[in-house]
Amino acid sequence: MGVEGIGARVLRKEDKRFITGKGRYTDDMSVPGMKHAAFVRSPHAHAKITGIDVETAKKMPGVIGVLTGAELKADGIGNLICGWMIHSKDGTPMKMGAWSPLATDTVRYVGDAVVIVVADTKGQARDAAEAVDVSYEELPVVVKTAEALNEGAPQLHPEAPGNLIFDWDIGDEKATNDAFAGAAHVTKMDIVNGRLVPNAIEPRATLGVYDAGEDHYTCWTTSQNPHVARLVLSAFYNVAPENKLRVIAPDVGGGFGSKIFIYPEELICLWASKKTGVPVKWVADRTESFLADAHGRDHVTHAELAFDKDNKILGLKVQTIANLGAYMSLFSSSVPTYLYATLLSGQYDIPAIHANVKAVYTNTAPVDAYRGAGRPEASFVLERIMETAARELKVSPAELRRKNFIRTFPHQTPVIMNYDAGDFDATLDAGLKAADYEGFEKRREEAAKRGKLRGIGLSCYIEACGIAPSAAVGSLGAGVGLWESAEVRVNAIGTIEILTGSHSHGQGHETTFAQLATERFGVPIDSVSIVHGDTDKVQMGMGTYGSRSGAVGMSAVVKALDKVEAKAKKIAAHLLEADEADIEIKDGDVRVVGTDKSLPWFQVALAAYTAHNLPSGMEPGLKEGAFYDPSNFTFPGGCHICEVEIDPETGVTEIIQFVAADDFGKIINPMIVEGQVHGGLAQGIGQALLEGTHYDDTGQLLTASFMDYTMPRAQNLPSFNIMTTETPCPSNPLGIKGCGEAGAIGSPPAVINAITDAIHNNNLTMPATPQTVWNAIQAAK
Amino acid sequence: MYETQYHRAASVEEAARLMGEAEDGKFLAGGMTLIPTMKQRLASPSDLIDLRRIEALKGVTVDGRTVRIGAVTTHYDVSTNEELAKICPAITNLAGHIGDPQVRNMGTIGGSIANNDPAADYPSALLALDATIITSQRSLPASDFFIGLFETALQPDEIVVAVEFVAPDKAAYKKFPNPASLYAMAGVFVAKSGDNIRVAVTGAGEGGVFRLKDAEAALAGNFSPSALDSLAVDPDVLLSDMHASADYRANLVKVMAKRAVAEISNRPM
Repeated sequence: MGVEGIGARVLRKEDKRFITGKGRYTDDMSVPGMKHAAFVRSPHAHAKITGIDVETAKKMPGVIGVLTGAELKADGIGNLICGWMIHSKDGTPMKMGAWSPLATDTVRYVGDAVVIVVADTKGQARDAAEAVDVSYEELPVVVKTAEALNEGAPQLHPEAPGNLIFDWDIGDEKATNDAFAGAAHVTKMDIVNGRLVPNAIEPRATLGVYDAGEDHYTCWTTSQNPHVARLVLSAFYNVAPENKLRVIAPDVGGGFGSKIFIYPEELICLWASKKTGVPVKWVADRTESFLADAHGRDHVTHAELAFDKDNKILGLKVQTIANLGAYMSLFSSSVPTYLYATLLSGQYDIPAIHANVKAVYTNTAPVDAYRGAGRPEASFVLERIMETAARELKVSPAELRRKNFIRTFPHQTPVIMNYDAGDFDATLDAGLKAADYEGFEKRREEAAKRGKLRGIGLSCYIEACGIAPSAAVGSLGAGVGLWESAEVRVNAIGTIEILTGSHSHGQGHETTFAQLATERFGVPIDSVSIVHGDTDKVQMGMGTYGSRSGAVGMSAVVKALDKVEAKAKKIAAHLLEADEADIEIKDGDVRVVGTDKSLPWFQVALAAYTAHNLPSGMEPGLKEGAFYDPSNFTFPGGCHICEVEIDPETGVTEIIQFVAADDFGKIINPMIVEGQVHGGLAQGIGQALLEGTHYDDTGQLLTASFMDYTMPRAQNLPSFNIMTTETPCPSNPLGIKGCGEAGAIGSPPAVINAITDAIHNNNLTMPATPQTVWNAIQAAK
Repeated sequence: MYETQYHRAASVEEAARLMGEAEDGKFLAGGMTLIPTMKQRLASPSDLIDLRRIEALKGVTVDGRTVRIGAVTTHYDVSTNEELAKICPAITNLAGHIGDPQVRNMGTIGGSIANNDPAADYPSALLALDATIITSQRSLPASDFFIGLFETALQPDEIVVAVEFVAPDKAAYKKFPNPASLYAMAGVFVAKSGDNIRVAVTGAGEGGVFRLKDAEAALAGNFSPSALDSLAVDPDVLLSDMHASADYRANLVKVMAKRAVAEISNRPM
C-alpha cells in the first residue's frame, strides 16, 4: 500500500469544492433564456379531476406556459413505468396502474402533479400555479398498509382489483410447513417497519433544455444514474432517441436511493422546454420533497421461527404486506421481493424458508428503494425474531445466533442467494469483545441504582450488495442489466482520466477510484481525475445504488487498468529491449526487473502518443475500456451491538454505546468507509428512534416538514465504536463487498432489541420516541 | 413568499403610525415564526414593520433585583447577560435553550410573547415570575397578557416595549423538547420568593401557558420534589397530537415540575 494507493486514508479530493461552496449542483446551472417551473399538485389524497381551468393563470405576469396532462398525452409522452416485472404465485404479471406524469382524470396522493406552470421567475410561476383552478370530486381514501387489502377498501387503480399489485412467494412452503411440524419451539411475531422520508440535503431539481436547431434535449438532473435516466426517458417515455438526449447529473447532494428513479418532473420539464421554447428549471422546495420524493420501507409482517430441541433453526415463515404507495415507482417491485425476501436467511443455516409478499396500493407517496432497500426490512424481521426467540428460550442471544451460523462457503440458502464467503464468528467475537457483552449485567445493576433502565441488543446482519449479475437479475424480472463500464485514458504526459458509469453523490469516488490508478502505476493521486455523471462523456453505465460502486464499478476500472497496463508493458518492453514478462510498473517508473533499466511512466505514455517507435503493428494511444458484469452478489455482514439507558419517567432513550463490527471485504479507503458506516448508522438509528412518517386518515401528510419529521441530530448519536474484519470477496477482482448501506441495515434491530431488553416489553414499534417507549413501559407495568 | 412592503421603524411611535397606515401590516422582530410562515405562503402581510432598530426596545437592565428586558433583545443576549445570570439564572438558562443557535441569534423576547406560541418557552417564565408586560399603550401583568393559543391582549397597533420582573429568590425551568422542532412539549417554570411559589407550564396546555396551582399549593407546605409525588395533572386540559398524547404530556408536566423543584433545592440560588 502506497500513501495514496489501495488501503490508504487519502483525504477526499472533492471536499475542497464542497466545503468552500464551490460545488456545482443542478440549481447552480444557468443557461441563456432559462425560465422557472412550478407544479400544481393535488391537495387531496384521492379525487376525480372534474375540470382544469388554466385561463386566469395564463394571463398572470411573466407566465410563458401553463401545460396539462392532456397536452402531454397528446404529444405521446409517458406514462411512467416500473422497470422490474414481478409475477404473482399464480403466474400472473404484477398489476401496474397507469401513472400519468401529470394527472388527467384522477389524483391518488397528496402531491400528485397535475399542471406545470412556466414563468420568468420562480415567484411568478408559483403565483400562477395558485391561480390554476382544478376542480376535484373527492373519493374515499385508504392510507394504512394493513388496511389496503380489506374488503371494501377504496380502490386506487382499475388494473389492480383490491389494491393488490402482486401476491408473490419465495421458498418452499411445503418443506417449511413440514419443518414446523417437528419443531420443539416456535417464536411468533408481528413486526412493522415504518415509512421513511429520504430527505437528501439537496432537494430534487431538473433543468430541461430543448435545442430546436439540433432537435436535441439536455437534461440536468439530480440523479444517481444519469444513463439509466436517459435510457428510460428515451426508450419508455418517448422524449427523444438516445442520441438526441444528453443527461447530466452534476454534483448531487445525497441520494440514499431517492434519486435513482425517473420522476414526473424531469420528463415534464424536458417536454415543457420544447413546448414553450425556453429552458425550464424546477427545484423542489422541502415540502415538495416530503410529499413527492419516493419514500422508503413501509412493511407490515408476521413472522414465525421454528427451533428443534437443541435450539437449531428448522424453518422460517414470513408474511409481509408492502405498501408501494399510489403508483409503482421505477424499481418499487424489486424492493420487497428480490431485495428483501432473498435475505431472510441472514447469517443462519435455515433449512426451510417460505415467504409471501403482497404489494399494495394506498393513497400515499410512491415507495421505492431507500438506503438498504429491502435488506433493512429483512434484517429487522430476522434479528428481532432471533433476539425474541433467545429470550423465550432463555439462552444468550449471542450464543443462539452463534449456534445457527453458516460456517461453510459457498452456502446456498433456500431463498436464491448463494453466499460466497463470510466469517460470522469473527464479527460477532469482535463486537462482543468491544462491547464488553460479558460485563453487561453489572452495568445494568449500576444503572438501576441511578434509576435508569439499561438494555443491550444485538443484530447480526447480512446484506447482498454489488448488484448484480445481469443474467441473474434478468431471469428475476429486471428490465436492465446491472454491469458497469469504465474507460481509462492515459494522456500523453502520463496523467490519467478514469471514466465511470458509477455516480458519486457523496460517496467520494473522485478519491477512491483515483486510488486504484495510483496503486497500479504509482502516479500521484492529483494526476488522476474521475469523469462521471454525463452521458455525453461516459458511454453507458448503470449508476450508483445498492452499494455497487466498489464491487461493480471499481471492478470495471480494474479490467480497464489491466488492459492499459498490458499495453504499457508492451511499449516499455519494446523501448527497453526487454521481455514483456520482465517489466514491472512501480512508484511511477516502468522497470526491467533485476536491472537498472527503467523509464518514467510519462515517457511510456508519451511514446504511445508520439507513436514514433511502437512495437510493430501496435495502434497508437493508451486508452482502454471495459465492461464488468459481476458473477455474484457480494455479501457484507457484521455484528452491531447497541447499549441503551432509558429514563423511565420520560421514556427518553440514550444510546450509551454502539459497536459495529463489519466485514466489508477489501477496503480501498478506510476513512471513507468509516464515514459511510457513520452515516448509515445515523440513518438506521434515526429510523429506530426518531423518524416517523404520519399520514392522517384523509391522506394528508402530517410530517411534511422538519418541524414534525425528526431527522437525527448529532446530539441523538453516541461516538460510534466501529471496526472491520476482512474476508475478501471471491467474486470480484479487488475482493470488495460494499459498505454504503450496512449501517442502515444492521442498526435498527440492535437498537430496538436493546430498548425492549431494557423495558421488558417486546411490543415496540419504530420510531421508539420517548412517548412510544414511555407508553410501552406503562403497558408493561 | 408573496410581495410585501418592508419598513424599518426608528421609534415606537413611527412603528405604530406605519401600522395604522398599512392595509394588513405585521410587526417584525426576529421573524422566527413570521418569516417561515410567509415563505410557505401561509401569511401574506401587505407590510412588514421592523422593530429591531428601535433603540428604546433594546437591552437588559438590572437595578437591584428589578429586571427590565427590552422587547427586541435576542435570546442570545439574554442568555449571555452576566448581571442577569447572577440574580436569575433560570431565565438566562431558558433563553440559552430556545431552539438552536440560529434562532437564538435572531429571535427576541418580544416576538416570542407577542406570538404566544403555546410551545414557546418565555410565556411560562413571565407567568411564573409575575412579570409586567410594558406596551406602547399600557402595562399589564403576564396573567392578563396571555389569553390563549397564539392569542394575547395586544391590540393591532400595540407594541411590546419591554418586560419587567423582580428576580425571585430561586427559580428553575425544565423543558422536555419536541424531538423534531425542539419546541417545548412540556416546559415548567418554578419560581420561589419567600413563601410565594408560582408554577407555570408551557407546551402542554390546550389553552396555551397556564399556572399549575395544585403544584403551587403542594409546594407551599413542603418545597421538595416529593411534595409533587401525588400531584395529578389533568390530561383533559392538555394538548394531544402525534408527538405527545395528553396523558404523556400530563406525565411530562409532573416530571419536569419535580425536576425544576429538585434543581432549585440543590443549588444556592
